[in-house]
Amino acid sequence: MARWGMVIDLDRCNGCQACEVACRAENNIPVGGPEAARQNRTISWMQVVTEVHGEWPEVHTRFIPRPCMHCDRPPCTAVCPVGATSIDSEGIVGQNYPRCIGCRYCANACPYTVKSFNWKKPSYPQSSEPMLNPDVSTRPAGVIEKCTFCHHRLQRARDQARAENRPLRESDYVPACVEACPTGAITFGDLDDPRHRVARLITNPRAFRLLEELGTKPKVYYLAEER
Amino acid sequence: MNDLQKLAHLPQDQRVLLTPLVRTTRCFWIWATLLTAITLWGGIAYYLQLRHGLGLTGLNTPAYWGIYIIDFVFFIGISHAGTLISAILRISNAEWRRSITRSAEFITVLVIAFGAVQPVLDLGRPDRLLNIIIHGQAWSPLLWDVCSIGLYFLGSSIYLYVPMIPDLAVIRDLGIRPRWLYWFLAIGFHDTPQSRRVLHRIIAFLAVAVIPIAISVHTVIAWIFALTLRPMWHSTIFGPYFVVGAIYSGIAALILAMTILRRVYRLEAYFKVVHFNNMGILLLVMSLLWTYFTFAEYLTAWYGGEEAELATFWSKVTGPFAFAFWLMVVSCFVVPLGLMCRRATRGVWGTTIASAFVVLGMWLERFTIVVPTSVHPRIEMSGASYFPSWVELSIMASTFSGFILVYMVATKFFPIISLWEIQEGREESVHDVSERVASYLPDDIEAVQT
Repeated sequence: MARWGMVIDLDRCNGCQACEVACRAENNIPVGGPEAARQNRTISWMQVVTEVHGEWPEVHTRFIPRPCMHCDRPPCTAVCPVGATSIDSEGIVGQNYPRCIGCRYCANACPYTVKSFNWKKPSYPQSSEPMLNPDVSTRPAGVIEKCTFCHHRLQRARDQARAENRPLRESDYVPACVEACPTGAITFGDLDDPRHRVARLITNPRAFRLLEELGTKPKVYYLAEER
Repeated sequence: MNDLQKLAHLPQDQRVLLTPLVRTTRCFWIWATLLTAITLWGGIAYYLQLRHGLGLTGLNTPAYWGIYIIDFVFFIGISHAGTLISAILRISNAEWRRSITRSAEFITVLVIAFGAVQPVLDLGRPDRLLNIIIHGQAWSPLLWDVCSIGLYFLGSSIYLYVPMIPDLAVIRDLGIRPRWLYWFLAIGFHDTPQSRRVLHRIIAFLAVAVIPIAISVHTVIAWIFALTLRPMWHSTIFGPYFVVGAIYSGIAALILAMTILRRVYRLEAYFKVVHFNNMGILLLVMSLLWTYFTFAEYLTAWYGGEEAELATFWSKVTGPFAFAFWLMVVSCFVVPLGLMCRRATRGVWGTTIASAFVVLGMWLERFTIVVPTSVHPRIEMSGASYFPSWVELSIMASTFSGFILVYMVATKFFPIISLWEIQEGREESVHDVSERVASYLPDDIEAVQT
């Protein structure tokens, strides 16, 4: 059984946010506009967090792309009163939109603040409506949503592999953010399969995970900058 | 003969305590109208929220929870006034309880309903509420809450109703309107020594049973916060801390209710200075306990010096929440302690003022627990803040007014002081207590040794 995970090389990330844009387009993430931005109500499944260290002229900026960590011990799934968020057998933490009652307990329980709530009915610019991804359901108002590691791509890849009567290959299942990254900073694959690049990368001494000390066992790894 | 004339010839207790059931002053109608208006205003606000979603609130990312959750914790806390206090006083044979248990139990039952509805107001999809039953996930503390609050509501309703049956039978026999109501609620009770014995046995059982349920309710509410990994929520002390806070705010709310009832129904002879004095002592004890818990909680966060904890800690102590925090300290510690530690200020007005501060302070305590942690996630977000919208504030005002309104209406249908318990106190307790005191005194030494 696969255990899907991601490795993000911070040395390669230049903060271009292509991953964010690709994620928005792929996952039909509603466009909140300036009003939502002002109210801290924008929705992003993948967000490039900027950390500024030091003071001028010794300023160092760090970019940390932050998707859902897909923890092996997710604090969000435990607290959901209706089981609307759960971890599947391949380690992907999913969100069941039709079941979610919108109590936002999972959002509060998540130490990484990667869960977004639909404060309003999602809206899209008219021009982009025909381009909504038919593989991903749009969400109603009042429910939580978050990164799914582009789970629909896994389903499609698996169908394809089955049709061609061959096993699933590493290159078959790639989330949108990974595909879009111009510097190749993001790698995706099965953490338990030694043939996959991620399995090798996480043994790199530069590898770390966010808030590792909490014991949530995230499956998103980072490679620290070499400096 | 109208209902008021029926009362004229009755002994003092029945005459005084049943008068509110048959006579309604203009003042009552004015207040009732005002409170109804505020309640309806909140109803309109909620209708708009239902139509347009939670976008009408001031909530955002990461301030996912706000006024509704604060009020939920606050109102369920107030509900500890009645059942718990009255049960403890009954079990400990505190004779001064007799005139205050009923009013306390009414607070409990009515306020639970208003508290329990708050998380529903907070839901993004209230239309899917039944998913909690259909798809209930037993591992979630929210589900434990549903169970314990449900049980508490059931238990405290029975605990309010059963000791009221003899009074309802008296009202039925007097023929006070609405007759069908009292006939129905009195379930054919007749005051015989046999039925009294059964009644006492049931009350004794309920008083014992209801205490662990009451404690479980606020413990589980505390766990909603404490079982997450959030700074200054993830604390083992939260269960008992919340229970102490709940009892504290409950006592304060009860004192306020006593002051108001005493004034509007002229019950000076029943809610006496000694009652306020004794309640004031309870308030003093709870104030000290609350301060001790608060101090322990904040010292641990500060001394440990963990970065994430400190961000929340300093935002409360010197940061944007400092006003609310220090007002809470003044309201829950300085004022009640200052007023309640002296007998001279433990009179009616002293305890009432202290209680008003405690109620305010305990609301602020819930605020400083929910919001500062919310806006300080472990991975800091710039510009995180929360300010409630008019919709949230209207619903909050409506919850307060709605509770006061149903409490007022309840005092119009049910005697707010237990008739039979007062009567029993007059007839039996004086004798019982002197016997009890005699039993504490040393026995004859020769009789014991042989």
